[in-house]
Amino acid sequence: MIGEIWSPFAEYGFMRRALAGCLALSAGAAPLGTILLLRRMSLVGDAMSHAILPGAALGYLIFGLSLPAMSIGGLLAGLLVALLSGVVTRHTALREDASFAGFYLISLALGVLLISLRGSNVDLLHVLFGSVLALDDPTLLLTASIATVSLLALALIYRPLIVECFDPGFLRMQGRQGELAHAVFMALLVLNLVGGFHSLGTLMSVAFVVLPAAAARFWVRGVGPQMAMAVVVAVLGSVIGLLVSFHVGIAASAAITLSLGSLYALSLSVGPLGSVLAHRRQAAKHIVRLKTGVSP
Amino acid sequence: MTALTPTLQAQPADLVLNHVSLGYGETVIVRDVHGEFTAGTMTAIVGPNGAGKSTLLKGLLGLLRPLRGTIESRYPRSALGYLAQASEVETQFPVHVEDFVAVGLWTRIGGLRAVARTLARRVDEAIVAVGLQDQASHWIGELSGGQFQRMRFARLLAQDPSVILLDEPFSGVDEPTVLTLLQLIHAWHAQGRTVIAVLHDRQLVRTHFPQTLVLAERVLAWGDTRSAFDAQELVGARA
Repeated sequence: MIGEIWSPFAEYGFMRRALAGCLALSAGAAPLGTILLLRRMSLVGDAMSHAILPGAALGYLIFGLSLPAMSIGGLLAGLLVALLSGVVTRHTALREDASFAGFYLISLALGVLLISLRGSNVDLLHVLFGSVLALDDPTLLLTASIATVSLLALALIYRPLIVECFDPGFLRMQGRQGELAHAVFMALLVLNLVGGFHSLGTLMSVAFVVLPAAAARFWVRGVGPQMAMAVVVAVLGSVIGLLVSFHVGIAASAAITLSLGSLYALSLSVGPLGSVLAHRRQAAKHIVRLKTGVSP
Repeated sequence: MTALTPTLQAQPADLVLNHVSLGYGETVIVRDVHGEFTAGTMTAIVGPNGAGKSTLLKGLLGLLRPLRGTIESRYPRSALGYLAQASEVETQFPVHVEDFVAVGLWTRIGGLRAVARTLARRVDEAIVAVGLQDQASHWIGELSGGQFQRMRFARLLAQDPSVILLDEPFSGVDEPTVLTLLQLIHAWHAQGRTVIAVLHDRQLVRTHFPQTLVLAERVLAWGDTRSAFDAQELVGARA
């Protein structure tokens, strides 16, 4: 039975490649989500993923469906929007989330417009929703390289990044390391979203950043443990999503995103930290205490 | 300018203000402050609300550039210890008390170096000194208001700065904690560190602080505490 469920990975090369791509994405993107969540910047991740689209589209418009052109285009567009949003936040009354939201709507429309100038609807679908079941060697290598660079860089900036998260005022006294760590972090985010859009598309590549991290916070408390848990959730969601997609015959990127979503919903309901169940248990204990008059 | 007498070694000035005005944009908040904080002195800054006390501290720290005049510091900004009035700390962030205190070692460990054993001991001692040894492995979000302030002081201890600037360190803090923190401030003074604290409790200032600067947009008085308060009463300003 289990062998039968698992068999697509044993029998089909494209399923193994899809799994490998998802594992790389999980390792690279999920830990970033933990930081994004703790800084209450999850929507910024969403906005950034759309910001990549016009760059990728411009690469496509000029060079066709070319991996390097679309990746570099996406990377540049993402970095540009991150930079612009930073500038707008610093020099106007707009807050960071609002300025990101403004840029991402413009980017999304611009991207769709650029693709529709030349391509077919199939190409548009490829960019928006990815093609995780058709990953070739260069794409797989790119995804794996991005995961490697991302993990190494995150280790290097870990300490200033964490301190910048909970006490930015302290780091300002010590120099500019906090700002630098934040900038590197935003660059890593863009890099991972670019790595993800080939498999999941620009609309859903952010799923690997946001959903596993959001699920992990209901299981463990520390930053490091949350990152590790996020990777575990991401891997689990990828495997389930790919298998469901194969056996039921539905779109892979949607199946993966939905299974990540289900794991999030599960954690939200029954996880030991702050979930619906945990809140109920606490409330029940409180009521028992009130009824019996026993103090803890 | 007085000539140095050979028997009396003059202490160097840690912070020198040369006709300094501070403010934001067009708005001047503090005018024409001129004088110096000598090394090893313990000064209270008092004055009415909106007198510019916090602004003056930010100027001394180099966080705010003077509109006019200059401020010279004997130490780089990273060597100054600072306790902001409103803590910017994200209290729900999952970090342990001992790690929070260890961040005070930043000038020694930076972003990458490991915490050497002697430095780790300094962190432990700082936590014991503020009486948080039982909370060392708690999350910072589990501390009470007073405990949180103790933890911030412990980080200053770990930081080991020569000049310490405190902005309303006792506001909203319980009485036992105030006593513990006052002991720490006296210990810093005894070790020859320079302490500058913005305070509003005049009785506390009279009892504990040898020097006082009375500020109400301008410096009304600056010197030893008794004569500073006397001079201010002569001026007739209410604070």
